[in-house]
Amino acid sequence: MSVDTATVARIASLARIKVTDEEIAAMVPELNGILAWVEQLGEVNVEGIAPMTAVIPNKQRLRDDVVGADPLTGGNVREKVLSNAPAGEHGFFGVPKVIE
Amino acid sequence: MSDYRIQGATGEWEVVVGLEVHAQISTQAKLFSGAATAFGAEPNTQVSLVDAAMPGMLPVPNMECIRQAVRTGIAINAQINKWSRFDRKNYFYADLPQGYQISQLYHPIVGEGAIEVQLDDKNPESTKTIGIERIHVEQDAGKLMHDQHPTMSYVDLNRSGVALMEIVSRPDMRSPAEAGAYLAKLRTILRYVGSCDGNMDQGSMRADVNVSVRRPGEPFGTRTETKNVNSVRFVMAVVEQEAKRQVALIEDGGKVVQETRLYDPDRNETRSMRSKEDAHDYRYFPDPDLLPIELDDAFLEECRASLPELPDAKRHRYETALGLSAYNAGVLTAEVETSRWFEALLAASAAKQGKPEGDVAKQAANWLTSELFGALNKLGKSLADSPVSPEAGGELLALVGKGTISGSAAKQVLEKMLETGDAPGVIVEREGLTQTSDTGAIEAAVDAVLAANADKVEQYKGGKEALFGFFVGQTMKAMQGKGNPQLVNEVLKAKLG
Amino acid sequence: MTQLTDLGVAAIREGVAKGDFTAVEVAGAFNAAAAAAQDALNAFITLTPEKALEAAAAVDADRAAGKALGKMAGVPIGMKDLFATMGTKTTAASNILGNFVPPYESTVSQKLWDAGAGMLGKLNLDQFAMGSSNETSAFGNVISPWRREGSDAQLAPGGSSGGSSAAVSARIAPAATGTDTGGSIRQPAAFTGISGIKPTYGRCSRWGIVAFASSLDQAGPMARDVRDCAIMLEAMAGFDPKDSTSLDMPVPEWEANLNADLRGKKVGIPREYRMDGMDADVARVWDEGIAWLKDAGAEIVDINLAHTKYALPAYYIIAPAEASSNLARYDGVRYGLRDLPPKESAKGAGLQDMYAATRAAGFGAEVKRRIMIGTYVLSAGFYDAYYTQAQKVRTLISRDFMDAFQTVDVILAPTAPTAAFGLGEMVSDPLAMYLNDVFAVPASLAGLPAMSVPAGLDRQGLPLGLQLIGRPFDEQGVLDAGLAIERRAGFTARPAKWW
Repeated sequence: MSVDTATVARIASLARIKVTDEEIAAMVPELNGILAWVEQLGEVNVEGIAPMTAVIPNKQRLRDDVVGADPLTGGNVREKVLSNAPAGEHGFFGVPKVIE
Repeated sequence: MSDYRIQGATGEWEVVVGLEVHAQISTQAKLFSGAATAFGAEPNTQVSLVDAAMPGMLPVPNMECIRQAVRTGIAINAQINKWSRFDRKNYFYADLPQGYQISQLYHPIVGEGAIEVQLDDKNPESTKTIGIERIHVEQDAGKLMHDQHPTMSYVDLNRSGVALMEIVSRPDMRSPAEAGAYLAKLRTILRYVGSCDGNMDQGSMRADVNVSVRRPGEPFGTRTETKNVNSVRFVMAVVEQEAKRQVALIEDGGKVVQETRLYDPDRNETRSMRSKEDAHDYRYFPDPDLLPIELDDAFLEECRASLPELPDAKRHRYETALGLSAYNAGVLTAEVETSRWFEALLAASAAKQGKPEGDVAKQAANWLTSELFGALNKLGKSLADSPVSPEAGGELLALVGKGTISGSAAKQVLEKMLETGDAPGVIVEREGLTQTSDTGAIEAAVDAVLAANADKVEQYKGGKEALFGFFVGQTMKAMQGKGNPQLVNEVLKAKLG
Repeated sequence: MTQLTDLGVAAIREGVAKGDFTAVEVAGAFNAAAAAAQDALNAFITLTPEKALEAAAAVDADRAAGKALGKMAGVPIGMKDLFATMGTKTTAASNILGNFVPPYESTVSQKLWDAGAGMLGKLNLDQFAMGSSNETSAFGNVISPWRREGSDAQLAPGGSSGGSSAAVSARIAPAATGTDTGGSIRQPAAFTGISGIKPTYGRCSRWGIVAFASSLDQAGPMARDVRDCAIMLEAMAGFDPKDSTSLDMPVPEWEANLNADLRGKKVGIPREYRMDGMDADVARVWDEGIAWLKDAGAEIVDINLAHTKYALPAYYIIAPAEASSNLARYDGVRYGLRDLPPKESAKGAGLQDMYAATRAAGFGAEVKRRIMIGTYVLSAGFYDAYYTQAQKVRTLISRDFMDAFQTVDVILAPTAPTAAFGLGEMVSDPLAMYLNDVFAVPASLAGLPAMSVPAGLDRQGLPLGLQLIGRPFDEQGVLDAGLAIERRAGFTARPAKWW
């Protein structure tokens, strides 16, 4: 499978990366080179093989339903949460107006 | 019931409905962080570094969310998947800090189940089974506010990361009534289970309504999805309006577009949301920050054992073991709080009368559904804020049952209870409402009445039996209403031969 | 007398504990060395001399008060700028996080501070750890302190932990943290003649480390020798309930149990790693390594790792796929760069315009390339062909290793196919750059502990590393075999100071 400029433009839009036509033109051969190379995976017989789920045998732990059991992952940290906000106002994150 | 049909210009149409219900799981903390879930907090206060998707933050699942989803699955007789996992649904929006929602696409925790709905309260035969395809657990998004600033929208992440169950039905519903009954029944079950508080006005439960139309018997048509509908009434309205709109569109030679729509309750219509160009390429893949959820038999057994009696089983028991009418059984089990209240009332009444519950259940059910509901209704109150407790109600019923007060006095006592909050015994004492079961006193009163109305006694004996009520009335009047009506009857019958 | 900056972790700790010198003296010496080298090497994005001194003063005070000292007491280290450090800018070498100051501390860095280490600064790296030469940083290339004999061409320190490898080999930090997603600790260690270990996936918490590819990312130490790595790894590792993939196991006493006697051990030599056209020096050093391990008492066994050639293509599907999703959070809403394009219409620039402009301005070319690949392979219609297939191949790669470990205890292979290359030599060809991780990536895909130790010099006088790959949880076996090589290789070369 290979990509053309339209596909690259669609992928860039899906990834929310603004690209110029020149950038797209440059990306097409680059991505096609990489995709052609990864496609050698198609040679591998994977019949009956399950995709990897956990790289090292390990079980998902479940936490108890307790608020702020570990303050590092608890709430009531509005100042911290907003401390790097490009437009933190009145306790909110500001973004360009969204029309719904 | 006759089938619901839309009468189009070209003939009859059938509507096909499926519901995706988002139910907030009742937990203290969020699905993947320790921030609180309580409703109505100051903006962005219930947000952890994890919920704000700070760099390097990681999710750890809340056991209670998994447990409640499993309990809900068991309650709808669904298959529970002992191996499930979380996937990422990728899209960009300001209310979605991670740039993806952690959800379950490929391996949901709950598989196929079903619930039975009753379409007519008074007709136990009017049931229909609605299939449920799956229940999965996922994160809620934050909230955008558009009216606080002229050029900006404001983001509040308090809801971001709150646990939701998405309960996906089969396209098994064929009318607004069926869709409404399904949502109401689902809500009842969730509230019994305790997995969701069902507060639709706070957004704890909301439905995406999938609607399509077809000629009866033909394959499914193209469906639209109306998002975030937050009441049973609105769901029914959406089905009706959307079906009509689609029929009109098709009959005008148009085509239904598969799209997302919004319901405007003020205008009672649905309208298309601006379609987002690539909204449908979510690039789902297993979340590499999480491992598969593996549940063992002991966990499932604990979930099963912790389930309360569910509404269908309860209603059946009320009818068979307690001898209640189908209608009363339905009313008393429709809300988990009502059934809890009723069962407390019944227990108190039976204990105070020293009788088995089965013997006093009808009395309790009738009193609750007609007397108390009626009285609360007048006061604009619900059972939850009733000034009368089940224990006080049980005491009142026992006073009637043991003959201490009459049925009519009981109505007065209830009024006073609602007014003052006093115990029925106290009110009866204070108001002197105790009825007399002293046969000597009753006989004396009867004798006096008969003596004073010798002419009427003659007429009665002459065959004018309708006069019996007159004697009862006179005797009760003489006794200031306190005579035990049953005994008064008995004595009168004996004396009049 | 040796300079303080010539000392490694164990020697500094011992000297501070004995009172030969103070921790503040050590911190001062490394602060000075780091500052002096900064213009030439560009190893750091942010220097934090005050942090190093503050931690050192605390250690000196504890020692004076007779308190027990931690495993890293008095050792100033460099912190890869991928670890969130509270109150100190954490950039991931990207403009999109150019001014990000975390209000939290990563678990691993916190453990190091708790063990008595201090922070010299935040080390440069490939942007979001994506790269093998440290040329993708938004804060400029790191220059390797090494040079080819008779040349002053600038060489790559390896990547992505290029600031870490440069700093340790230039003696401006006795040790540094690294992270390894597809070789990012081992390859730079090999390029600069130092040691580095990537532990078993899950040993070190990922909490607070800017994510690249979640199922592959692991933190580990980079230091002068095997023992220093063992000491520092003990301080970094340990169960963290905040990371779902963290291993709930006690941290072994790797340092105390170090044992270079390999009698009774079997070492596997994977046939598939001996590729056509292999660099002669790399092949020679590998053969020497085999002889050294034999000398240490090990039995050498040829093994097959049949799916080796598919590891790199599988990695270049899985890692970009995860990255494309992990990096979606950099959207200009809550932190980091925001680029609001000028109004193009009456209603002004919208949210989606802001995303696209922010991410275009904030991410470097390699990051964009990987996000694009990752987005493509996950997109509708391609997911199974690419991502699912790659995860199945990953299962086969892991299975190859498990089969081999039925027979052998540890695997010996080169770390990288070449010695360090020159800056700019590979940037025009992304695929050629990717191929530099061909020997490192298989162990990453299988989550196995793997380390690189310096083993010799090539014909141009540049260091070459040997890689040891162990069973899951058997960092000890890896460290022991590494130590056996270290003792026999007698690697004492260091870059001549030109900066």
